[in-house]
Amino acid sequence: MSLHQLIERNPLVLILLATITVLIGTIVTMLYPMFRPEMHPKLEGLKPYTALQLAGRDIYQREGCFYCHTQTVRPLKTEVLRYGEYSKAGEFAYDRPFLWGSKRTGPDLARIGGKYPDEWHYKHFENPQAFFPQSNMPKYGFLKERKLNPKQIEAHMKALGFPYTKEEIEALKDKTEMDALVAYMQVLGTAVKKQ
Amino acid sequence: MAEERFDYSYDYRTVLLFIYSALFWGVVGILIGLWISVQMWLPETNIAPYFTYGRLRAVHTNGLAFGLGVGAIFGITYYITMRLCKRPLLFPRLARAQVYLFNIAIALAAISLLAGATQSLEYAELEWPLDIVVVILWIMFAINILGTIFTRREPQMYISLWYIIATVIAVAILYIINNLAIPAGWLKSYHLFAGVNSANVQWWYGHNAVGFVFTTPILAMFYYFLPKSTGLPIYSHRLSIVSFWSLIFTYLWTGAHHLVYTPLPDWIQTLGIVFTMFLIAPSWGAVINGYYTVGQDWEKAKNNYLTKFFILAITFYGLQTVQGPTQSLRIVSSLIHYTDWVPGHVHMGTMGWVTLTVVACIYYMLPKILKTEIYSIRIANLHFWFVLIGQLLFSITMWITGIQQGALQKAVNPDGSLKYTMVEIIAKNYPYWQLRTLAGVIFTIGMLFFLYNIYMTVKKAKSKSS
Repeated sequence: MSLHQLIERNPLVLILLATITVLIGTIVTMLYPMFRPEMHPKLEGLKPYTALQLAGRDIYQREGCFYCHTQTVRPLKTEVLRYGEYSKAGEFAYDRPFLWGSKRTGPDLARIGGKYPDEWHYKHFENPQAFFPQSNMPKYGFLKERKLNPKQIEAHMKALGFPYTKEEIEALKDKTEMDALVAYMQVLGTAVKKQ
Repeated sequence: MAEERFDYSYDYRTVLLFIYSALFWGVVGILIGLWISVQMWLPETNIAPYFTYGRLRAVHTNGLAFGLGVGAIFGITYYITMRLCKRPLLFPRLARAQVYLFNIAIALAAISLLAGATQSLEYAELEWPLDIVVVILWIMFAINILGTIFTRREPQMYISLWYIIATVIAVAILYIINNLAIPAGWLKSYHLFAGVNSANVQWWYGHNAVGFVFTTPILAMFYYFLPKSTGLPIYSHRLSIVSFWSLIFTYLWTGAHHLVYTPLPDWIQTLGIVFTMFLIAPSWGAVINGYYTVGQDWEKAKNNYLTKFFILAITFYGLQTVQGPTQSLRIVSSLIHYTDWVPGHVHMGTMGWVTLTVVACIYYMLPKILKTEIYSIRIANLHFWFVLIGQLLFSITMWITGIQQGALQKAVNPDGSLKYTMVEIIAKNYPYWQLRTLAGVIFTIGMLFFLYNIYMTVKKAKSKSS
């Protein structure tokens, strides 16, 4: 009886061998890197999200913005020309999960912070086609009508272990989801000094 | 050998319920796919807040991957396992309970995604309470599959069973690890892993969801139903062995090809690319085995309508597994990554390889279970041509527009400045996005022929038995 015939007749052996086989690549490419410092870098200028910014990031996640916008500038000439400094590993230490995305229907947003005034974002979210008639982005005006829930955001800050003050949470009750999303837009990429 | 008389009727009913459920979610997923394809060129069809592209896309991918894909995998895998083990399922009632829990889970998944509850990890969007339900479903599945295999009445396990065992193990490991999260409310959590590490874990998962949901269980079906429907034995057992082990070994190394040119350390990217190139070999092991199996007698391709479904499916698989590795190369990635090329690639795998194999298995299995013949081979042939044309049109238009997007984003004027703004590039996509919707409509018509054929077959069997 050949070795493989033995395997073909013993499910336990097959299960063990298959488990070991799938674990090798898993350990080398996923588990082992986790214990290397290069996977956990942090830029000096990087700060945890404020309560308002985190609320904005939650909304960015909820609305699935990352399906059409990436947040990683590749180290390619035209990309740096279009968006700015390419993305650094140390910019994402507080990102759970990462929101680099996989599709660029619209532009990359890794360097959007500070590119436009707040007012621009408010108007653009409400009606992207007013700025770019050919844009296919949905309208997000409804975010202006929705108030933030300070209690919920405090729970989120706690879960992530981000520092916050009572006043900061208090102040959220007068803010809308739109305020939060714009605050998040404006902090993106700001840890890297503009060239 | 004294043939014991087993009663399979209860388990077969469970298999059918899985198939019907999968088809139901398949219809939902395909219709949502059509809708979001329209949203790409007609933004007015976004209905905020619940039905915007950003929320519907997850319902489309999850509905089809988990509703249609995993639903069909549950049903067809149970059927294959029973046939190859020569016995009914070890726990029939557990499998039946699994059908109901499965449908509840998919319904809740769809509702929660529309409500915006998402982990924002592709193919792992479902929030943590639903993740727990998915794990329970998978444990129910594993207990029944492994239990039935351990108590089988056929000493040798056929290739399909190896692939099924690998699926059961790998999906459990992948799903549990990538969904580890810090709960921050009933429908909100944060990935346990941060930044670069979060990306690396997610795409280790993401690419192996392709490997162990869209590949290994589908290969199990292919290896079982191709010989069954053609009456020809698999060409090479040795090739099956070599390609099985090398496939399940290699897949786990390749996730980083989704992160080429990102801040992920270069060595992990390069390792991912190298192993992705190597993955061509085991993938083509199955392709060669498929072709040479039918090559023993090509007459079968003419005489049996199902042969062409399997051969086209494995052809798409072969194309997919060459195109994928090509895309992982840095030079190619720099052009087509983040463009519509990628959905073109993905849909060749899902609409071509996976869906064609699954429908062919159902065409074979359903009449066997219902003790009847398929209602109409003519309609099955129409179904075949519609999905083939729809699929090709979909992928080809997306490849063209993807290359265009990539090239225009790189285009520079003589003075070195960028030639096009993003919105100018978007504007050039509209005709292709519209064509893609047309492709989707053609594919959907094909699938409606299929559903009609299945419906009439079931009806025919019912009227015969009553």
